Amino acid sequence: MSSQFKIAVASGKGGTGKTTVSTALAQSISKRNRVSLIDCDVEEPNAHLLLGVEFSKQTDAYVPSILVDNSKCTGCGKCAQVCRFNAIACLGPGKGTMFFPELCHACMGCVLACPASAISESTKSPGKIRQAKLGNIDLVSGLLNVGQAMATGLISCVQALANQPVVVYDSPPGTSCPMIETVKKSDFALLVTEPTPFGLNDLSLAVETLRHIDTKFAVVVNRADDHKLIEEFCSKHNIEIFARIPDSIEIAKCYSQGKSIYENVPAFTEAIDTLTEKVLKTGGLS
Amino acid sequence: MIFAVAVTQDAGLDSIVDPRFGRARDFLIVDSETGATRLVPNTQNLNAAQGAGIQSAQNVVTEGAQAVITGHCGPKAFAVLMQAEIKIFLASKLTIKDALAKISAGELTPANSADVEGHWV
Repeated sequence: MSSQFKIAVASGKGGTGKTTVSTALAQSISKRNRVSLIDCDVEEPNAHLLLGVEFSKQTDAYVPSILVDNSKCTGCGKCAQVCRFNAIACLGPGKGTMFFPELCHACMGCVLACPASAISESTKSPGKIRQAKLGNIDLVSGLLNVGQAMATGLISCVQALANQPVVVYDSPPGTSCPMIETVKKSDFALLVTEPTPFGLNDLSLAVETLRHIDTKFAVVVNRADDHKLIEEFCSKHNIEIFARIPDSIEIAKCYSQGKSIYENVPAFTEAIDTLTEKVLKTGGLS
Repeated sequence: MIFAVAVTQDAGLDSIVDPRFGRARDFLIVDSETGATRLVPNTQNLNAAQGAGIQSAQNVVTEGAQAVITGHCGPKAFAVLMQAEIKIFLASKLTIKDALAKISAGELTPANSADVEGHWV
């Protein structure tokens, strides 16, 4: 087992409160432990807004890519045949090879397949990494460049910068590649949901995804006043509910004013502190 | 001239030009001199997660076509076909016979840019 305990905060549906929970979880954990909060929602990072911090450092992120040297290309077409992502078109002898970096998943199959050594490994920058410190919390946030469609490489980059003993990943919504890239590296996941039919539908997709990739998880119900819907689903599927966050006007007020909910709404603080205890216990940390 | 025509059903020169290029089911390779036709499947692109236009253009290049007739053409496929010096004629829903007649009458000229946006990337 690695010396870090990594918790992913995910959900199927967007807007259920992932970032609210992950920032508060980091605040709660930080009372006892140093914690890395990694904003993996690189298409729309906002953990810094909820924490109210300014970034102190910004760097370019680099991910693997390839470089085609058309002066060496013989036009044999082996690169295009081997590329399962359709990122290469070979136009034949004398006409060279066209490469579409935005489709490349950097498997390096073409580098191996090219008999003329015309393709080599290289890097590209899909976005930026921004960092900030707030007490015991190290925030690392990815920001995908406009026009970039592939988030997974950048997510990997920001995850690699988590260097504290406890790590919280704020996951992108949905159940597609960016979410999977985020949760697959976690030891435990929290699925934040809301007691609506949409919330339930997308929770069930997220549950299916996590079971498929064999990641342990529990559910957090947000705005949990009438939450029979979620309770029934969880008991039917043998899923533990770690926290029920009340549906409260105080929480909404804090959120809209950009104030820390964790520091201002006692009912919320209590729910999150209980959640923290349960989560850390699953990692053997309490 | 050798044409690659996007089609969903092979009815020789009476086949209807498919509006799609990247996800056309087949290409009918037509020799406009002799009228001879040959069907080339493009089926592997129907379920491609991405890059179907690029792969279709690759197929057209591999088949040795000098021109393409399709309904629409996106930016990446257009770039590949341009680089390969293949002409693109946009003739949605015409029969191949009618499209060829319009081309030889000069009523249909090669496209100078993609006419639709790329998809998710």
